[in-house]
Parts: sequence; structure tokens; C-alpha cells
Amino acid sequence: MSACATSPAGPHAVIAERGQREVFCGLTGIVWLHRRIQDAFFLVVGSRTCAHLLQSAAGVMIFAEPRFATAIIEERDLAGRADLDDELDRVATRLIARRPDIRLLFLVGSCPSEVIRLDLGRAAARLEERFGRSPRVLAYSGSGIGTTFTEGEDACLSALVPTLAPAPGPATRLLVVGALADVVEDQFRRLFAALGIATVDFLPARRADAMPPVGPGTRYVLAQPFLGETATALERRGAVPIAAPCPLGAEGTRLWFESIAAAFGIDPAHVDGVLSLPVRRATAALAAPRARLAGRRVFLFPDSQLEIPLARFLARECGMILTEVGTPFLNRRLMAPDLALLPAGAQLAEGQDVERQLDRCRAARPDLVVCGLGLANPLEAEGFATKWSIELVFSPIQGFEQAADLAALFARPLARRALLEV
Amino acid sequence: MQLTLWSYEGPPHIGAMRIATAMHGVHYVLHAPQGDTYADLLFTMIERRDRRPPVSYTTFQARDLGGDTAELFRTAVRDAYDRFRPEAMIVGASCTAELIQDDPGGLAAGLGLPIPVIPVELPAYQRKENWGAAETFYQLVRVATAGQAPPDRAAQPFCVNILGPTALGFRHRDDVRDIAALLARLGIAVNVIAPLSASFADLARLPAAHANLVLYPEAAGTAAGYLARRFGQKTISTVPIGLGATRDFVAEIAGLAQVTPPPGLAGECRLGWYSRSVDSTYLTGKRVFIFGDATHAIALARVATAEIGFSLVGLGTYSREFAAPVRAAAQSHGLEALITDDYLAVEAAIAAAQPELVLGTQMERHIAKRLGVPCAVISAPAHVQDFPARHAPFAGFEGANVLFDTLIHPLMMGLEEHLLGMFRDDFEFNDTAAPSHLGPHATTPPEPASPANAPAGALADALASAPVWRDDAEAELRKIPFFVRGKARRNTEIFARERGLNPITIETIYDAKAHFSA
Repeated sequence: MSACATSPAGPHAVIAERGQREVFCGLTGIVWLHRRIQDAFFLVVGSRTCAHLLQSAAGVMIFAEPRFATAIIEERDLAGRADLDDELDRVATRLIARRPDIRLLFLVGSCPSEVIRLDLGRAAARLEERFGRSPRVLAYSGSGIGTTFTEGEDACLSALVPTLAPAPGPATRLLVVGALADVVEDQFRRLFAALGIATVDFLPARRADAMPPVGPGTRYVLAQPFLGETATALERRGAVPIAAPCPLGAEGTRLWFESIAAAFGIDPAHVDGVLSLPVRRATAALAAPRARLAGRRVFLFPDSQLEIPLARFLARECGMILTEVGTPFLNRRLMAPDLALLPAGAQLAEGQDVERQLDRCRAARPDLVVCGLGLANPLEAEGFATKWSIELVFSPIQGFEQAADLAALFARPLARRALLEV
Repeated sequence: MQLTLWSYEGPPHIGAMRIATAMHGVHYVLHAPQGDTYADLLFTMIERRDRRPPVSYTTFQARDLGGDTAELFRTAVRDAYDRFRPEAMIVGASCTAELIQDDPGGLAAGLGLPIPVIPVELPAYQRKENWGAAETFYQLVRVATAGQAPPDRAAQPFCVNILGPTALGFRHRDDVRDIAALLARLGIAVNVIAPLSASFADLARLPAAHANLVLYPEAAGTAAGYLARRFGQKTISTVPIGLGATRDFVAEIAGLAQVTPPPGLAGECRLGWYSRSVDSTYLTGKRVFIFGDATHAIALARVATAEIGFSLVGLGTYSREFAAPVRAAAQSHGLEALITDDYLAVEAAIAAAQPELVLGTQMERHIAKRLGVPCAVISAPAHVQDFPARHAPFAGFEGANVLFDTLIHPLMMGLEEHLLGMFRDDFEFNDTAAPSHLGPHATTPPEPASPANAPAGALADALASAPVWRDDAEAELRKIPFFVRGKARRNTEIFARERGLNPITIETIYDAKAHFSA
């Protein structure tokens, strides 16, 4: 059931497809966002399906007093016997009484809450007033009808942007946007300091009361490729973008830092001096996984919008041959720096009709398939080596020190297949 | 609205997926938004299936809502038929599609496909996973057997159907194998096993059997009731989990089939002897708390008390549809059943009951870990490790062996417990001494202070108001083996608080011990 059109986008052919999508909805973003913002709570307003999804995606994490939950809409809520606003207020009030340490409460919209047109923005304003602005209450949508997987983070961060304080003074500040692992953020801070960029903020910050300011003096750079709405919201606040490829791999990270340094007018010789050691170290570490990956053919199913930067890394730094690079959504503006580095003629696919894409995958006979957990074991059983893609969102993969770890994630399934005698 | 962190059951369409995935030749087209495909990975990961579940999703998005989601659904049904050529199709809506009110049954019927297309109505805001499985299986059975007259079975050799095993069922794969083998040894033929591994055509053969053996009432109870009414089939509702239940089951089915069980039928069941052997004496009266689906909770209550000799201190289920039999089972042990799907209520009940062993779902495994109590998983929901590679039934005589091991292993065995008790003050054989293989400089970390590992909820409140321990009392407490020390501490504090004794002295400890063992 697809409207499948092949159109060239610059040097790349793009298959635009509609049909069954084997992807997560934006609610899944909660699983890593709640780890990132340590005093935030994510309250999904949805159905038992939403709760079940979070539980399935969160695995064992659900037991460590996680800061997310679902307010499950029940029959009586739909039948109008219980006023939905009152019910939501009751649930949220009880929650905050139980967790007084919470400083930021996100009301997260789902498919059911959107279809019944429950106005969570209004509910957030009402609750924030009731709580006396402690905690702050914000709303965004992580619904499957509106968001795919990592777009949940985009929706969350873009809801945060209007609440950020105005940036003081005329000095130019750098804002790095996108949830990163703490270890990656710390590495990046050290490199920014060595480069001489004085004021660097990260969005989201680790705590709700430490969110960065933003204003016309802000230059922002994306650390994740799926933040289109957040970028627009930041520009609405006067922040100016720095275009750069994603900081994946030795080359990608170097280009990312060089783009930022250029925007801050830093002497290229100094930049070179700061980056040369980590670049050399990352390149050397890549040699071993590269030996296993070079010349192998890879097929990427759409999942997180990380696929194009990953394909760029796999092709240029690991010597892999791209068969098809799927992405749930292709933001041509944000992706331009990575697209420019992709080998000419690479086959891209935006959207999905999973049965047809599986047909193409089987026909392409790739050596490695990057796909979700619903497809991975069935494809392994058909004889394909697979790398399950959700790990790429949960693992620290950005930056120089993680370049070889990132390559190893792809090399390991191939090594394992070579190893096993079963 | 219900505030939920953990849910014991998924939405009802997950139950429908468990039926479709269990069977051959049945395809499920689900009207659902993008993202609901997450459920596929329950089957491909937890159960490690080597193919995708036979489920197609319409994957509607926000931009479709103003337009024609009905057409999207028709296209999905047509595409699924063309690609998979199933024997039969089930169609339905997930929770969001239920709200947009397309009519999957009507839309699919309009396509005039040459196969049965069975609409399943699953009220997602009212019902849950097990109900969805039971309803879906019932609808499939109803359509597959439509128009048949009750057959004349009098002249036919006695045979049974085994009903209830599904995909994602807790130990269903191995239970079925052992029960089928047991029936073979009784000389009783199996007509159809369903839904697991059955085709739609197999369902049409169900009425030929004399009786339906309902292994899991949660999934097959509705269909078995229908078959009994419609085709006059007997229902065997004794679930053969545990030695006694398996014996009862054999007696019931042998009576129906008018066969004599061969001697030594239970010969390879070691549960009875292992339980009577002297090393098991230490198990006597150990306090056990049981929570799970109704079938497993009831069966395990009998095993734990009558076959292992534990003392039951709590019994409950999240299966509201089967609350009545669980209440009855609890009552027979002088307990009030816990019927809830709120894990915080389960946690509070476990903390209050102070069991020495918890039998439950993976959720109770985590609760027990937090409370420092041994635990075994005996019911869904279970994680990947409880879909094991090895043969591990719960049902039948081999299942009883598995149960003995499963219930005993988390506990300290008799000799070990005796030795630890005897040498608890020994310089190299106590709970703070490091294992000797780590060398003389190894030390074990001290017991964490209570705030660091404080349990949540009611227990935390209780501990917060706990009386002060005098140093010599604290030292005396440390002479008690570590695996019962927590219980001794709690009992002493309860005793002290009730009597307003503060601080706690050595005398208080022994007064409390005498009080609680009285």
C-alpha cells in the first residue's frame, strides 16, 4: 500500500514510500530523556498500549524508581462520566505529592489523547498555576500519529525552548543541542575549553533549574540530527545555527568541531593543534573494526534519522558499501552537511512500506542489515547478519573517543557470525 | 484515569496477536497508528521467534485522520491477503483506532475476500491482554465450526482437544509437549491442540473430540464454554500443575475415557521423594507469598503448601476475570486474596507479609530483590530468561520436578543453612568474611545503611519511625544469620514500637523472638 516515488535529491536517489512502518513512536524518547534531565518526570496521557510500550522499551530500567508513568484513559473517561481535565489534575496532583523532588513535569500526548483532542497545553498551564510554578509543567506530543521514535526528543526540547531565559549580554554563547551521554558531554566540554570557546551550554541540561539561556547572541549546533522542530524554535528565539555534519566518527567529529570553531572565528591552526591528537587516536582505534567492515555491504532500515550520518560514517571511515539508507524523515536542510559527504549515487529511502523494503533488502543480499528488534531475529533466521538499531540511540556513540566503539557495534555481529560453529 | 508505571497485562489486541502468532495460516490486520508495531518485538525478542508475527498494521498518521483512514484499512487488508494468502484473517482496531470509529469488520467484509474474515471487537479501554486472547480464540473457533451439527462421538474412540497454549505463554511450549506425552501413555488420542501450532482448518475439527482439556482458562475458557454449549463437549478444568493436581487430572481424564492408568505412570516424578527427603525438612513452614495469573497462582499455592510444606502468607492475582477461584483458594488457607493490577499494592502486601520466599511474575522478582527476599518466577509476565532453551514444563509429572527445583533453588538448602547457623561467629565462615579464594586482603563491603537501600512505601514509613538500637543489642543482632536478620530486625522493631520500648536492648530482641514464635 505504498505511494512509492523515486526522485533524485542532488546526487542521491530517494525512494519516498508510504505504508506499514515498523518504527517506534515518540513516546520511546522518554526512556533516555528521563535519564538525562534528572529532576524531570514524564507523565504520558494515553492508553494501556502506551504504558505497555514504555514498559517493553524500558526493559529492566522500569524498576529503578524511574521518572515516567502513564495516566491510562479508561472507559468512563471516554464516556464523559469523569471530566478528563479533573481526572488529569487528580492524577498529576497525586503524582507530585508522591514525588516532591520533581522540578519539571512533562505531560506527554499520545495517539489516544490527540484523537480525543485533550488539550494538554492548557492542562499544563492550569497545573503549573496550581503547583505555584514548582514544578514547572510543560506539554508535548510523543504520539505515533505525529512523531517517530527520536522525534519525541525533538518535541520535548522544542517545548522547552520557549521557557528558556533570555541570554544576557552581547557575548556570543555556544549552545549544543541534543541529549548526549554524560561522558560525551564532558569530553566535548574539555575540547571546547581547549579551543577557547568560553561559554558553552547543553540542551537539555542535566537539571531543570539549570536549563541554558538563549537569545540573539546564541550560536547553536545540533549534536543529534533529528531536532528540526527544536532548531526552528531556537531560531524563533534569535539563535543562529551552525551547520555541521553529525559528530559521529573521527571525521564527523572533527568536521563538527571545525564548523563550530569557524563560526567562533578561531584560528584554524589552533583548532588543528587541539584536534590532531584525538583525531589521530580515533583514527588509529578505528583500524581494527574497519578491517572487518571494509568492502561489506550494508542496508539500513529507517528508525531514528541517525541513518544518514551513520551511513556516511560507515562508508567513508569504515569502507562499507551502502545498498539502501532508510530514514523515517529526511530534513534536507539539517542533513545537508552529511548528505554532501555521502558517496554519490547512494540509494536513500524516506518513509517506509516494510514489506516492500524487506523485498528490496532480500534482493540486495547485504552483508549487514541495520534494523529494529521486530525485524532483527526474523532476518537472522533468513541468513542475514543484523545490527539492532535501538542500541545506537542508547549508547554513547558521538565524539572522538567513541568512534571505534561505534564501528565495533557494527563489526561485532559480523565477528560473531564468523566465530560461531552452530 | 489510572496512574500506571508497570502493567501486568498489555492491551487486548496483544492478546489477539498471541493467538494469531500461535497459529498457522491466520493473519491479523490491525488498524493502528504508527508505533504500535512495538509489540512485534515481544515475540521476536522475548520468545525469540524466528519470523515476524503474522500481523499487518495500517500505520495511520496525523495527516491521515482528516482523510480516509477507512481506505487505508481496506488497502492494508487487500495487501496482506495478496502477500500472505492466509486461510483466514482476523481484523480489528487498536486503542486509537477504536476512537476513530472505522468499522474494520464491515470494511473488510466489503472487500469480498475468498477466505473467512473475522472481526474481533476488543474494548481497549475496558479489557486487557488475556481477555483479548480469550475473545479472539473464541471468535476463531466460532467461525471455524459454524454450521456444524454436534457429531455422533459414541462410536468413535475417545479423544480430547488441548486448548489454551498461545504465543508468549509462560512455559506453554513445554507444558503441551508433556501433557500430550502423558495422554499418549494413558492411551488417549489428542484430536487438536490449539491455538499453538494449529491451523484455521484444524479448528473446524474441534467438535470431533469428546472433551476439551483447558490447560489455561485465561486464554481458552471462553472457547471451551462455547464448545461445551454448542457441541456438548465435556470440559476438563483440572489444570495439571503440581504432583497432586496432575494425579487429579489423570484420574479425571482416565475416568472420562474409561481407561486404567498404567502402573508407574508418575514413576519419574521425583518431587514427592525429594520433598520427603531429610534435607527438605528445613523447608517446613517457610513463609511464601504467591502472586501471578490465576491459573499459576492457584496451582502453586497447592504445590507450595501440600507438596513442599511451605506456609502460605499471601495469595493474589492480577487476573480480575478469575478473582473468584483465587479468592476461594486463598480462603482455604485462611487468607484474603489480593486482587489487583497495581504493583505498588503488591509491593506493600509483600512487605507487610514478610515472606521468606516470593513466587510471582518478573515484577515480583524485582520487588523481592528490592526487599532482599528470595524469589522464583512462576507466571507471566516474564522476561526473556523465562523462555528457556531447555525443556522446562510446569505441567505434568516432569513439570512437578521442575517446580521442586524452581521453588527450592532460591532458598538456602538445609545443610548450607545449618552450617551457616553453626559457624555464624566463626572467623572465616561468616557473612562479612570475604570468600577465601579472594585472598587475605579481600573484604566484603559493609551492609549498606538503611537510607541507601530503603524500600519504598509503607515499609519505608515503618522504618522511619523505628526505635533506636543500643550498641550491644545491635551486636547481638549481628549474630543472627544474615538471611533472617532483616526479619528479626523488623519483628523486634514492631514489637518495641507496639510496647513503646526505646531504646532496643538485648532483652527486647529475645522478648520479641519469644513473642513471634509463640
